[in-house]
Amino acid sequence: MPQGLVHEHIAKDVSRLVEGRRSNQAVDDGPHDPQDHPHAVPQQPQVGARLMAPLILTHYTVVSALGKGLTETYQALQNRRSGLRPCDFEDVGITTYIGRVDDVEDVFVGGGSTSAELERFDCRNNRLALLGLQQDGFIQSAIEARERYGAHRVAVILGSSTSGILETEHAYSRRNPATGALPSAYLTSHRYTHNMFSSAHFVRTYLGLRGPAMVISTACSSSAKAFATAARFIEAGFCDAAVVGGVDSLCLTILYGFASLELMSSGPCRPCDENRNGLTLGESAGFALLEKSEHAGRPGAVALLGYGESCDGYHMSHPHPEGTGAIKAMQAALLRSALTPGDIDYIHLHGTATRSNDSIEDTAVHSVFGPSIPCSSTKGWTGHTLGAAGVTGAVIAAMCLTRGFVPGTLNTTRIDPSLSSHVLLENREQPVRRVLSNSFGFGGNNCSLIFGTI
Amino acid sequence: MELYVNGIGILGPGLAGWAGSRAVLAGKSPSCDAVPTAPSASLLPPNEQRRSSESVRWAVHVAQEAMQQAEADAREVTSVFASSDGETGVLDRLCTALAMPQRTISPTLFHHSVHNAASGYWGIATGSQQSSTVLACYDSSFCAALLEAAAYVHADERPVLIVAYDLPPPPPLYAARPLRGGFAAALLLTRTAAACNLAQLDLTLSNDLSEEATNMDDARLEALRRGNHAARSLPLLAAIARQCVTLVRLEYLEDQHVLIRVRPC
Repeated sequence: MPQGLVHEHIAKDVSRLVEGRRSNQAVDDGPHDPQDHPHAVPQQPQVGARLMAPLILTHYTVVSALGKGLTETYQALQNRRSGLRPCDFEDVGITTYIGRVDDVEDVFVGGGSTSAELERFDCRNNRLALLGLQQDGFIQSAIEARERYGAHRVAVILGSSTSGILETEHAYSRRNPATGALPSAYLTSHRYTHNMFSSAHFVRTYLGLRGPAMVISTACSSSAKAFATAARFIEAGFCDAAVVGGVDSLCLTILYGFASLELMSSGPCRPCDENRNGLTLGESAGFALLEKSEHAGRPGAVALLGYGESCDGYHMSHPHPEGTGAIKAMQAALLRSALTPGDIDYIHLHGTATRSNDSIEDTAVHSVFGPSIPCSSTKGWTGHTLGAAGVTGAVIAAMCLTRGFVPGTLNTTRIDPSLSSHVLLENREQPVRRVLSNSFGFGGNNCSLIFGTI
Repeated sequence: MELYVNGIGILGPGLAGWAGSRAVLAGKSPSCDAVPTAPSASLLPPNEQRRSSESVRWAVHVAQEAMQQAEADAREVTSVFASSDGETGVLDRLCTALAMPQRTISPTLFHHSVHNAASGYWGIATGSQQSSTVLACYDSSFCAALLEAAAYVHADERPVLIVAYDLPPPPPLYAARPLRGGFAAALLLTRTAAACNLAQLDLTLSNDLSEEATNMDDARLEALRRGNHAARSLPLLAAIARQCVTLVRLEYLEDQHVLIRVRPC
């Protein structure tokens, strides 16, 4: 079949799939009795969460404390090898563990004919971003997308919570003692390192892309929301494809900040454990190339099927006690994908291992999905990578779909008996068709994404 | 893509509130550099007014003005907050503390440091649980927010509130990012026409850079536009204030223009 016809054929398949998902809503409730989840989503699509056509993740990759790229990440998940280690970041004197990425310090931000233009972006956050881009042939795939659609038609939408703030922290320790001025080298690099747009600016410069770009910064939901914004931009016709993802790197602000909030565990975090005592901070960078299914769809491809966003409207750093914002985000994602709770095979929890997050997320998950759908947190492997947690979850979800497995929860020995969702401790080998991944951030900012194979 | 403007909030030098700024923006009254009085942001509970940063109060203040004008219920409105540099006042205090040997920082200061502090406070003050995006795109942050808001209205049909704001950073950071102003602007956008619309916008994204981006005729307002990303909204606000059909071109990064055909309602 000629290429154009293949695409047309797949486009028709996809539209049938969307139609099918619509018409199956009332009957296809999976293995679970609807009474298991009395607060299950209403079945009629409502204004405020319309259906979306699936968007294909044609290429994706991640770098975290687990390793560089999909293979190392998968092996660490399979072998239940944690990336967490006692804190050895700079001279930080806090008793805790961290998920630090090896070799970030050795990455050279530059090279090629545009080296001078790129070198000004040099900082830990953009080194980590580049390490991410370099995995799994992602750079090549983005360049191919640029050639296919045109540089103006490919967006770069990333998430980050602290950008390159480490540069500013360093600069403040080198202020002129007489004038208080920051070092002049810092002043000229600030725009390219710490400014919140820096990572997207760097990535679009590196990849030669000229389409819409921005950094979403909603704390720990940032890079999940980047998928939602990219989906909207493609739907609105502002671009044909998007490099989405996010990057957040270790810095003093988050280490001392979370310590001040007494939300950090002294050992490796234990999500959902009855004795969990806080989170472990990590760093990661992840990217996905998001394209319309008529251009990139092929049977078995991983797709973004839905997204749901909400706010708690409650407190800056405590989630809503009844999880109403989280419930709203998960329900909106289901509505947009025209799926029912029973269609979800696995839930990748935000699961930070703080007392309140895990307990409130459990309440929210249980109220939408009931007690049977397997869920787990992978923070015991990667640590909490903040603004990059959403894309890290997205890439893990994609691996679950393509490799037929579900990770358990690492470092956890006994699941908190007060939790009522089906939290997995051990990994499972099983076919996975659809995954929901949660990301919740400070400011009460929530985002749930649903991924599936088409 | 067609949108309607239902409410506007504005705060900047010589620009305190939409009603008082329309004539200045339309070129019918002279501009001035008068520093506006500190925003009341009366929607914030007294505790939050005291604890929140100055930039949060600027953002909430203009958001509140736009919502009141539109008589819209914040609990039904999606929001898009745009700030190029975020909570620079808080970051200055954090980084100063982290440069001391003991590195003691206050938990309140830490959770106020997030880029989405204003969005968080807006949600707390209004009880809104609708989606809120917070974005940064350096000097194109307002433009990025306009696109995100248009895409939201298109996707969800819910009214969308844009809030763009940035204040000059405190001294050591100011040398790295010498922003003018402060400036904050808010627009409430809807998909459908209503009796209270201020203007209709037809928005497209263009790669054609052959025409110059729209600037402000008034030198003082033009300096403000160039000096603060949030004030890059001024040509659009001026076109709405003039109440005649106008094509506004806003620069989006170095590569694209957002074209907005503004029609009075």
